[in-house]
Amino acid sequence: MAAPSSTRIEQLGYLWTDERLRGIAFQVLAVAGLALFFAFIIWNTAANLKHAGLASGYGFLLDPASFDINQRLIDYESTSSYGRAFLVGGLNTVLVASLGIAAATFIGFVVGLMRLSNNFLVSRIATVYVELTRNVPLLLQIIFWWVVILALPRVRDSISVADVVFLNNRGIRMPQPIFEDAFQLILALFVAGCIGTFVLARWARKRHELTGRTFPVGWSAIGLIFGLPALSTLFVGLPVDLDIPLLGRFNFEGGFNVTPELIALWLALSLYTGAFISEVVRSGILAVDKGQIEAARAVGLPPGLRTRKIILPQALRVIIPPLTNQYLNLTKNSSLAVVIGYQDIVSIGETVLNQSGQALEVISIYMAFYLTLSLLTSLMMNYYNKRTALVRER
Amino acid sequence: MIATTRRVLSCAVLAAFALPGIVGTAHGATLDDVRAADELKCGINTGLAGFANTDDAGNWVGFDVDYCKALAAAVLGDASKIQYVSLTGKNRFPALQAGEIEVLARNTTWTFSRDVDLGLTFVGVNYYDGQGFLGPKSLGVSSATELDGASVCIQTGTTTELNLADFFRTHNMAYEPVPIETNSEARAAYEADRCDVYTSDASGLAATKATFDNPDDHMVLPEIISKEPLGPVVRQGDDQWADITRWVLNALISAEELGVTQANVEALAQDGGSDNPEVQRLLGSEGSMGAMLGLDADWAARAIMAVGNYSEIFARHLGPDTRLGLERGLNALYSAGGILYSPPFR
Repeated sequence: MAAPSSTRIEQLGYLWTDERLRGIAFQVLAVAGLALFFAFIIWNTAANLKHAGLASGYGFLLDPASFDINQRLIDYESTSSYGRAFLVGGLNTVLVASLGIAAATFIGFVVGLMRLSNNFLVSRIATVYVELTRNVPLLLQIIFWWVVILALPRVRDSISVADVVFLNNRGIRMPQPIFEDAFQLILALFVAGCIGTFVLARWARKRHELTGRTFPVGWSAIGLIFGLPALSTLFVGLPVDLDIPLLGRFNFEGGFNVTPELIALWLALSLYTGAFISEVVRSGILAVDKGQIEAARAVGLPPGLRTRKIILPQALRVIIPPLTNQYLNLTKNSSLAVVIGYQDIVSIGETVLNQSGQALEVISIYMAFYLTLSLLTSLMMNYYNKRTALVRER
Repeated sequence: MIATTRRVLSCAVLAAFALPGIVGTAHGATLDDVRAADELKCGINTGLAGFANTDDAGNWVGFDVDYCKALAAAVLGDASKIQYVSLTGKNRFPALQAGEIEVLARNTTWTFSRDVDLGLTFVGVNYYDGQGFLGPKSLGVSSATELDGASVCIQTGTTTELNLADFFRTHNMAYEPVPIETNSEARAAYEADRCDVYTSDASGLAATKATFDNPDDHMVLPEIISKEPLGPVVRQGDDQWADITRWVLNALISAEELGVTQANVEALAQDGGSDNPEVQRLLGSEGSMGAMLGLDADWAARAIMAVGNYSEIFARHLGPDTRLGLERGLNALYSAGGILYSPPFR
């Protein structure tokens, strides 16, 4: 009877002396301690906030917002809810961030290549641009471009392009297309063109790998995507009406308006981030081994193909990770919009905060929004990064 | 071994008792806190001409600042024992709720949801304001009801956007809102003709207009589209402190009603200085009103000595002789055509 209990004690002793098990035990304890610590912090904060009357949940998001927003990508009126107002603001942030990322990437690649140019003037112009924009605080640049745009002619003295597009210090007023039913045909052809291009590109790549013969995919893509819909308008006409802006008592009415705030913010963000991206691009290209270029030259590749097929794919491996950082910076920097009154999520959130007084809830929404947006960007860029990395393995 | 266990246990028990203590930072006796610190922490505007801005010497002056001074004089006996905390429209309520300030005197509109939902107590109204429109005279607009299709610059930060949306919706008019957070940028946008009119509280518009190069080229439109009763705010739950802040304000208003001024308050406060029993009660030479508040007898006399009565404060910072040039309007005493009215001191 005594024997089994003594073994059990021995086993328990074994638990204590075995290094591996002891390690696990301590780790479990550490995790439990950490969890308890955070649980306490969260509980204590929540209790204190409740005590101070500071937190009352997210129910207010369903209440009517009762204020107006000047730039809406989705339907919104002052009777819509706070939640919808946040959605409108979030989309405005996404809009300026995507426009900014596209323009900054373009500027970055062009200027990056310019700085490497052998032409003295070209490379110096690029250097001056980079040094000027990346060394001046972004906030000042945003205000600078805003003030520049505010110095444009007033509404009554608008610069008009063919009497349909009007440029003044309240933005660019353009005709708004109103689509008729037949437009769906054109849309369908456009989608078909896109799918066709995708299939064609796959086929061309396969053939190239098998036989080494190339196919002009670029030109056929343009023909398929734009040519087909354009051709169809010959038969159905252009099923689009234009809502042309007309000068009213205070403003142009009709059409749609690109606000000065959007233009200023977009310019500032693109030019600022573009400077950083150009440096990233330059470093990426300089990182490509010289031998690669010499080898490409030796097999007789023309300069265009050399850049596209040899230099860029290898440079991209170096470029993409820091490029992702720049995209994230641009997105987060767009919250500076609040200074000039671009109605992004922060600007709208401030109004919501002022009206509802739900400070912590609003700020937690900001944080969740930017976190989600940044993680999504990272995810996409990591996916792209993996693909470019694979190219090297092949 | 046993001793160690006991020690660990006692620590745990202590901790268990201590935790609720961390939570229970009750704001029970604000008056005691103020006295212990020998300083009143007063939340004011970051800078609004007439209400709270710094003078050439860097001192805070203004209508709201004077309320802080009156309160400090009543509670601490010294109008200079104040720590001013300048707050934006965004962080004013969290600052009060979190206990960084004891009273908020920052052009704050008394509304239902703020009073009820945010755990705040509005103790009175020191300025009856309303939202208006400022526009260039050259615009040829004489009424806000003609603003269909206009662009409107908004200084955000109060209930401005809401009133504006309501006004245009009820009048079935369209407009483009241009909301800008800081006064300087909003002003720049208005001056550059980014928008046709500028909207804010009428007192704020007067303050802004006063700083233009050619103030006479602009006019405040006659429509006042909202009620904006501005007043001091305290945290909910400390009734004694709410009473003190409320009755300091009432004392300033009553002083005007009773003809007590900064100049004559000292004479009136002496025994036999006044025959009027209400003046005697207000200034503490009769009755024990100070003690009821938890203060000494001449609390109100000190407040009036520090900043004068309501009309003196108004004239000094907002009245016709200042840059703002505001009339008393609604803020005149009820007996002079306004709605300013203090409950009686008895």
